[in-house]
Amino acid sequence: MNTEDKGEPFDILLVEDNPGDAKLALEALKVGRLRYEAHVVEDGKQAISFLRREGEYADAPRPDIILLDFNLPKKDGQQVLAEIKEDENLKCIPVVVFTVSKADEEILRAYDLRANCYITKPADIEQLFKIVRSIEDFWLTIVKLPA
Amino acid sequence: MINEGKIKLADILLVEDNPGDVRLAKEALKESKLLNKLYQVEDGIKAMAFLRQEGEYSDVPRPDLVLLDLNLPRKNGREVLAEIKADETLKRIPVVVLTVSRAEEDVLKSYNLHANCYISKPFDMEQFVKVVKSIENFWFSIVKLPPPGDK
Repeated sequence: MNTEDKGEPFDILLVEDNPGDAKLALEALKVGRLRYEAHVVEDGKQAISFLRREGEYADAPRPDIILLDFNLPKKDGQQVLAEIKEDENLKCIPVVVFTVSKADEEILRAYDLRANCYITKPADIEQLFKIVRSIEDFWLTIVKLPA
Repeated sequence: MINEGKIKLADILLVEDNPGDVRLAKEALKESKLLNKLYQVEDGIKAMAFLRQEGEYSDVPRPDLVLLDLNLPRKNGREVLAEIKADETLKRIPVVVLTVSRAEEDVLKSYNLHANCYISKPFDMEQFVKVVKSIENFWFSIVKLPPPGDK
């Protein structure tokens, strides 16, 4: 994964159990200028399997960035975040928590668990598009990601 | 620093020893629509004193965001980053590493030390101003920062 500067697509892992939200996020990314490949998993267990390349995810790429919903079935997003950030091999991957909650408690918890940033998912579709594009612009064009 | 009103003043701490970069960052933030106050210190020891509100920094606010250069006199940026992220009262503050280095090793090390993001300083002045504006826009209008007054 040291070829992204040469035009390799970015791999984005979207951890989202709401199919509507996942679809919208993918559409928002699609209209962007960047080349990327988005991978969607819908629960916390799958997210960890994907990242550890277990079972059906043996061939999964290592994502450049993770968009993580907090409310997930099977293993919740906070647990997923904690596991990523405690794992020596995974902790450098930026995790953007992208979730509905605006509660202070959730925000603090996310930063305590070392989320790279916390973003509230807007209910309005146009706003959601705008926010996803901003995430893409910032993380994939301004930021230098770990190779 | 009363931040309770509707208009939130964004307090940004810039840890940077290069006067040219400081000037450019100030200019970039001055043009911003967002109300912000930029504080600047030029070495790692001062950065930690500022964050811990020690000595001459006893009355400074806790910053909402830290922009951290890696190459600093007295205490380098990696040490500052490690100390912030190991400190229970400071670790929530987002730290944006903003440095000239493009070395993969520095990038990886910074993320492993839990930098919130790593940005290579562009050499071009206009690009540098653009990047500072992007940082400000992203962290203060898109991101939800840790709520203040939680300590």
